[in-house]
Amino acid sequence: MNRRTFLRKPAAPVAALFERPAAGSDQSPGKGETVNTIANKELPTAPRSLAGIAPYTGPWGPVQAAHLLRRATFGSSRDEINTAASQSLTQVLDRLFTAPATPEPPVIGFSGDPDFPFGSQFVTGNIEGWTARCSLRAWWMGLMLKDTSLVEKMTLFWHNHFVVLIDTDAGILNSRFGYRYVALLREQALGNFKQLAKDVTIEPAMLSFLNGTDNSADAPNENYGRELLELFTIGKGRIIGPGNYTTYTESDVQAAARVLTGWQYSEENINSFFTESRHEPGPKQFSSAFGNRVITNQGDQEYKTLIDLIFDRPETAAFLVRKLYRWFIYYVIDATTEANVIQPLAAQLRQNGYNVAPVLRTLLASEHFFDAVNIGCMIKSPMDFVLGTLRQMSVALPPESELEPSYNCWYALVDSAERMQQFIGNPPNVAGWPAYWQTPQYYEMWINAMTLRWRNEYTNELSSNYGYVVIVNGVSYPLKIEIIEWVQSLPAATAADCNLLILELVKQLLPFPLTANQLTFLNDTLLPGLPDFEWTVEWQDFLSDPNDMAKRNAVDSKLRAVLRQIMGLAEYHLA
Amino acid sequence: MQRRHFLQTTAAATVLPTLLGGLPISAHGFAPNLFELTGGATQTDRVLVIIQLTGGNDGLNTIIPLDQYTNLMRARANVAIAQNRVLPLRGATGIHPAMVKVKNLFDNGQIGIVQNVGYPEANGSHFQSTDTWTSAADSNVLLPSGWGGRYLNNEYPGFPVDYPNAQAPHPLAITIGSVASNVVQGPVINMGMAINSTSSFQQLLTGSVDTAPNTLAGHELTFIRQMVRQTDVYSTTLQQAAARAQNLSPLYPTAGVNELADQLKIVAQLVAGGLQTRVYVCSLGGFDTHSSQVDTGDGNTTGEHAKLLSLISVALDAFQDDLRRLRVQDRVVGMTFSEFGRRMVSNSAKGTDHGEAGPMIVFGTSVNPIIHGPNPTIPADATFVDNLPMQIDFRSVYASILKDWFQVPQATINALLPSSVGQFPYVPVIRQGTVTGSTPAAELEVTGFSVFPNPARERATATFECQGGHVQMVLRDVVGREVRRVLDRAMPQGQCQVPVDVSGLKAGLYYCHVREGQRVSARSLSVL
Repeated sequence: MNRRTFLRKPAAPVAALFERPAAGSDQSPGKGETVNTIANKELPTAPRSLAGIAPYTGPWGPVQAAHLLRRATFGSSRDEINTAASQSLTQVLDRLFTAPATPEPPVIGFSGDPDFPFGSQFVTGNIEGWTARCSLRAWWMGLMLKDTSLVEKMTLFWHNHFVVLIDTDAGILNSRFGYRYVALLREQALGNFKQLAKDVTIEPAMLSFLNGTDNSADAPNENYGRELLELFTIGKGRIIGPGNYTTYTESDVQAAARVLTGWQYSEENINSFFTESRHEPGPKQFSSAFGNRVITNQGDQEYKTLIDLIFDRPETAAFLVRKLYRWFIYYVIDATTEANVIQPLAAQLRQNGYNVAPVLRTLLASEHFFDAVNIGCMIKSPMDFVLGTLRQMSVALPPESELEPSYNCWYALVDSAERMQQFIGNPPNVAGWPAYWQTPQYYEMWINAMTLRWRNEYTNELSSNYGYVVIVNGVSYPLKIEIIEWVQSLPAATAADCNLLILELVKQLLPFPLTANQLTFLNDTLLPGLPDFEWTVEWQDFLSDPNDMAKRNAVDSKLRAVLRQIMGLAEYHLA
Repeated sequence: MQRRHFLQTTAAATVLPTLLGGLPISAHGFAPNLFELTGGATQTDRVLVIIQLTGGNDGLNTIIPLDQYTNLMRARANVAIAQNRVLPLRGATGIHPAMVKVKNLFDNGQIGIVQNVGYPEANGSHFQSTDTWTSAADSNVLLPSGWGGRYLNNEYPGFPVDYPNAQAPHPLAITIGSVASNVVQGPVINMGMAINSTSSFQQLLTGSVDTAPNTLAGHELTFIRQMVRQTDVYSTTLQQAAARAQNLSPLYPTAGVNELADQLKIVAQLVAGGLQTRVYVCSLGGFDTHSSQVDTGDGNTTGEHAKLLSLISVALDAFQDDLRRLRVQDRVVGMTFSEFGRRMVSNSAKGTDHGEAGPMIVFGTSVNPIIHGPNPTIPADATFVDNLPMQIDFRSVYASILKDWFQVPQATINALLPSSVGQFPYVPVIRQGTVTGSTPAAELEVTGFSVFPNPARERATATFECQGGHVQMVLRDVVGREVRRVLDRAMPQGQCQVPVDVSGLKAGLYYCHVREGQRVSARSLSVL
């Protein structure tokens, strides 16, 4: 099973220090995926920040707090933003870097299939199949929905980095391996990149996905060795000779593959194991890219030496820092950014032995991160969009004690994000979602005719009075924004003033202010053709008798109209 | 990829909001309801234009009961129009002098007035009353859909999936103006496309988007706006329609001066350009005249309310003129509505507060150019909290338009306008000859029709010029019920005189309708 689902093209003569994967003819696009014709033909040239990684010391308030929380998490409620704004940046970062307790593993969250008893454990047992993988996915979505630390955003980062497809014909088709893999990413989410690379190398899911289990001294399989170098660690540089990619060569791919021979996974024990007789005992010669080093036989410890060898190269640190940069800030890395941000952070990463948290902290606390030009320039990923809408407006889901409704609602979110072309557990190929590597479009890959439709439908339903309805065993669970309660949570004087109220909604939902024309339009949406004071009259009238359904509905429908308009703005797709 | 749908979610209501001028324009779907309304089923080319006057129009200062002046002055001397400044329409009914062009249209047979329109158990909340008018529900019932939207939704289940298509290539409804009208809100999604402003219409035609700042965020914003524009499924058909016709009337004010005229100008262009859209919703705000609705002096004929009425008057005049020049005038009728009228008694701030019943204006060459219903009655002892009672339910007007203009079967109408009061009485707002035929308006009147004396006691006489054929003449009360059949037989060609027996009828206003083939006329008749 060849997991290499994309072809390579000769490196383009670009200034990038490494080549990106190129979409190939055998890449299966996501459902309905189309690359639109308006997206970048070349990288944008708008002015970039000159600021570096020195600690940010400028103003600290809701604007900065919201920016930090939008990027570091999947969006925040108004309360969370206000709390963060009232604390210091240090306090907020301390909390973001505090990992929550390891979550309980998933269970079968869907009933009705006799082969998969509802509520049963599957991550250690013998239950395996599609329903289990759906449960895994739903559980993962649920964790992302509620996490207020950096952990889930970084877990997703690692999923996009050390890619494994957990549920396709081409994927691993083993929910227990899938769970192990996700748990490993989460455990090391804020941990050590080098250690994670070692762990992933012999993780059953990866041995299955990239054919490590087939890799033996007699029949070498280079699949994992190649991706390890090209996509997971040092990255591919410019082609400077036949089979020479600057940072590594074809012979290094072969040598790495030989180092990794002997590792296999066990479906029965749900683990990996080493078989000495399958391992290549001879010396492995590496090229000048690795200082012509030779790795001699160390049996089941040898893979660690290979990882150490790769991580001794400074390019490995810079490669990861660039991916973090594109995950948290923006996709254009110009020469100034490379010099002022990437290289200093790469040096920090190397110096501290590849611990990721300190580097991330430097980045998220930097002048560069808080530079105004870096606010609102990221196009929300489907995860940001789906989860962020719920989190920003504090949409309630069924309590987790109601297991089946919870799993179904979480899966409904998985489904929504999949329609928007981000299917958790199934990046399109081993390179991860193209929004993070496909030059020059990058984030713009997320937006096309299909995904725009689904994005608008999603927010329209959440902002409607009937909600996004999930039906479980005949019972409806509407996911909907309780806009009246949200407005009631504002200071009374703000809620009663239509213009202040609109500003609050805009501040909560959009990364930067709207123009006067846009605000006027929103005012007219709330109060069609009416003077401002009529909002106060209607709102007070409702407050005087909040159980009167007619009065409630009167303000509710107008507020929902405003909500729908704001969420329909192009600005709403930005973070 | 295996995809098993074990989750049931709400039907995929594909809404495609797009951006105009950086603002969302909801290119909503086409729900079954509006299709028949818009003529998809009957292949009609008729168009309905709905003008929403938001804020609650002061009906008593719009259509003015000249027979009530003593009490009117008693109730609202500080805002009432001086009697000698009122333009007479017909009988004892007059109109605000700012609406001189509407009066001229009335005299030319292109305006009908429906008096005292409202609904039982009126609500003084702008929001709630607007919801009632747009949903056409009983006032104590919450119906999230609009009356037009429900209609389309029944006709076209599944909208907007697979729309537009060969049978319905164009938006079923278009809302112009920032008010996202609930009139065409379907049970799940809005059935109409919204054009937020006239400037956004220009952007739609040119394919441009609002400029964004030269920043990274601005770069991505522009990209998304362009993408949104490109994915608007109806932009091409709108561009094509607009390219096929240009407005011809010189009567339109300069762009930006008259918001309503700007909106109607777009409607005329799109109708003439062949857009098959059947329902257009326009709006004009500012009618919430709690204070200073008139300026001091000049018989209270100037001020904010006069300006608004003048906007309507100028806009309707230019629109009708344009439709005529574009040769589509007989395909278009329109009506105004407002969420409520205002109080009989004015307040001390030269304004009027939220009231109940008010007049509707119907316009077009195909409307029945009469005044439906009697003048409102102003009691001598009206107090500040007294309201004008409703006499004609607004849903009678909707139902009659659906029936006569769009040929909707009565059973369907009843289902679309559910109410505890049952089927709504008929109000002949559409000129009868246009109901089924395409006879030009000029040939629709029964020649020389008149009824006298008027008012009448016991007996009146009707005269008309007969073409020679079957003639039907009936008396209807103000809500359209037939109370007497005067004539129903073949008549010889030439001048006819027929006795009209009104004995035993309750005193009040009636209409004498005469029909001969395609020709129809109606005259009001007061019975003493």
